[in-house]
Amino acid sequence: MNNQTTTTPLNFLNHQTGLWSWLTSTDHKRIGLLYMYSIVTFFLVAAVLGLLMKIEKSAPGETIMTAQTYNALFTLHGIIMIFIVVIPGLAAVFGNIFLPIMIGAKDVAFPKLNLFSFYLFLTGAGLGLYSQFANGHSPDTGWTFYVPYSAEASSNVVIALTAAFTLGFASILTGLNFIVTIHTMRAPGMSWFRMPLFPWSLYATAWIQLLATPVVGITLLMVIAERTLHVGFFDPKLGGDPVLYQHLFWIYSHPAVYVMILPAMGVVTEIFPTFSQKPVFGYVPIALSSLAIALVGYFVWGHHMFTSGMSYESRWFFSLLTFLVAIPSAIKVFNWLSTMYGGSVDLQPPLLYAISFIFLFTIGGFTGLTLGSVATDIQVHNTDFVVAHFHYIIFGGMGFGFFAGIHYWFPKIYGKLYSIRWANIGWGILFTGFNLLYFPMFIMGIQGMPRRYFDYDPKFQLGQTISTIGAIILFTGLITMISNLIYHAYKGATAPANPWHGVTLEWQIPSPPPHENFDEIPVITRGPYVFDNPHTTK
Amino acid sequence: MNNHDSHITSYALNFKVLLVLLILTTITILVIKLHLGAFTVAMALTLASVKTAIVLTYFMHLKFENLILRLMVGGVFLLFAIIIVITFIDYYFR
Repeated sequence: MNNQTTTTPLNFLNHQTGLWSWLTSTDHKRIGLLYMYSIVTFFLVAAVLGLLMKIEKSAPGETIMTAQTYNALFTLHGIIMIFIVVIPGLAAVFGNIFLPIMIGAKDVAFPKLNLFSFYLFLTGAGLGLYSQFANGHSPDTGWTFYVPYSAEASSNVVIALTAAFTLGFASILTGLNFIVTIHTMRAPGMSWFRMPLFPWSLYATAWIQLLATPVVGITLLMVIAERTLHVGFFDPKLGGDPVLYQHLFWIYSHPAVYVMILPAMGVVTEIFPTFSQKPVFGYVPIALSSLAIALVGYFVWGHHMFTSGMSYESRWFFSLLTFLVAIPSAIKVFNWLSTMYGGSVDLQPPLLYAISFIFLFTIGGFTGLTLGSVATDIQVHNTDFVVAHFHYIIFGGMGFGFFAGIHYWFPKIYGKLYSIRWANIGWGILFTGFNLLYFPMFIMGIQGMPRRYFDYDPKFQLGQTISTIGAIILFTGLITMISNLIYHAYKGATAPANPWHGVTLEWQIPSPPPHENFDEIPVITRGPYVFDNPHTTK
Repeated sequence: MNNHDSHITSYALNFKVLLVLLILTTITILVIKLHLGAFTVAMALTLASVKTAIVLTYFMHLKFENLILRLMVGGVFLLFAIIIVITFIDYYFR
């Protein structure tokens, strides 16, 4: 650690005080923190729901809840995790806090719109919760709202759909804000290929948010119209086509996977060069692969529908494209490994999480090929295999990317240092619990354990028990990690401006950053990952 | 970006654009009577796309924007066209 300490007494955390100053702030960093506190709260709620579901399945038959409660819980777990935590997560939190700083701007292009997006997000999240409790009929459709069931179910589906619709709007506005910010507010001299790779990933993500989210918004409105006005879009009884719903839903929801994962890829791309003290390997391929993933990712939605009755021709077409999208993902993985190769690797907590990201994402990616291939997908469709794959990609990818990001940027955000020892312990527990929880689900899935089932055949008892133990360990790891961060946000030692010897712009300003980030907008004269500064090189 | 420049289009041009839009709307309605089968939707979407492009170009002044912005809007159109085509290919072969 170097000896540079904070010299600016006023920063974005303390330049104004009081709850009202936070709730009405248009400062991108404060909005980012508001998102983070909201999202982490929802995450913990949904994690508890997941834990309860796992405890229910620790033994065959009914243990702690009824089948209907279980259905409601997995629906609520899915809706919260997908629409409230994972989709907005990294972009809304770290994108908001660091995008303007990393491109040398004082704020996003539309600060008031940014705050409005946050309140839309809160409104959507509130509606989502309300749908669980209003009239005593929690939605039990799963987060995918498949018709015809979602068009017929007597539960609060319309409220839940409205919630998802509202959350989608928040996502669209954030994406629009980021696109305009990146196009118009880069510091002088920061050409596209001098921009750090996290903003590149946010740029690709923002396009998906902007272009794909309206599709699901309209689709959800169509389901509402079908339920309330009996217009026949999807329900065969009304002359509709349920497969059309699946097309429209996945046209958004598969690209949404890249909304979840691309920013996480961007975060770890920042971490590898910093903790290897070496320029990122293959800057241009990594930047362009983000765009390639975003582009190809638009055309692979049909792999969620291989068993839906879709035409044979469409199935092989989507299968082929699914295999193609693996190429830009693999380019990133090879470049991350090459960045570390020959570098001065410093295994600090952010790097531990980033390496875990590669490990877990790769397992998720390879099992994704099993699901992208029509023949094998039909065997494991709607089994625990899919659930395991999904969690390896989303939790192992986005989740661990988020944990990597918070451990990386925590000293910058709060100006405090956390305990490295406890962070390492938390990581160890979390990583062990994660694999114990989800890996048995691959095996059980291949053996035929259906997803979303409340009960199971006794032959799955061993796998289910291991999985439940994993869930408890994982939850312990989460609590350990979060406790360490919360405690040290208040009681931690003062952090220097650049504790990790990073070279991107956020490390060149005090910790925490001043209200408007820069006294003078910097002029950029070189690429983002040049490690030749004697003050930043170990 | 030159979006702060003023672009004044003549009433005559705006009227012609309006006329074209009305004609295309009429065609959209009349085409239903031709009973084109599976291509009815394709025809409707094509006409709607043309109308949208005209509105964007003239009424929303895309014509006066720089090349990058025009390419971005064009790219978005292309993307949605491909998505719709892929979806309908499924229907065609099912």
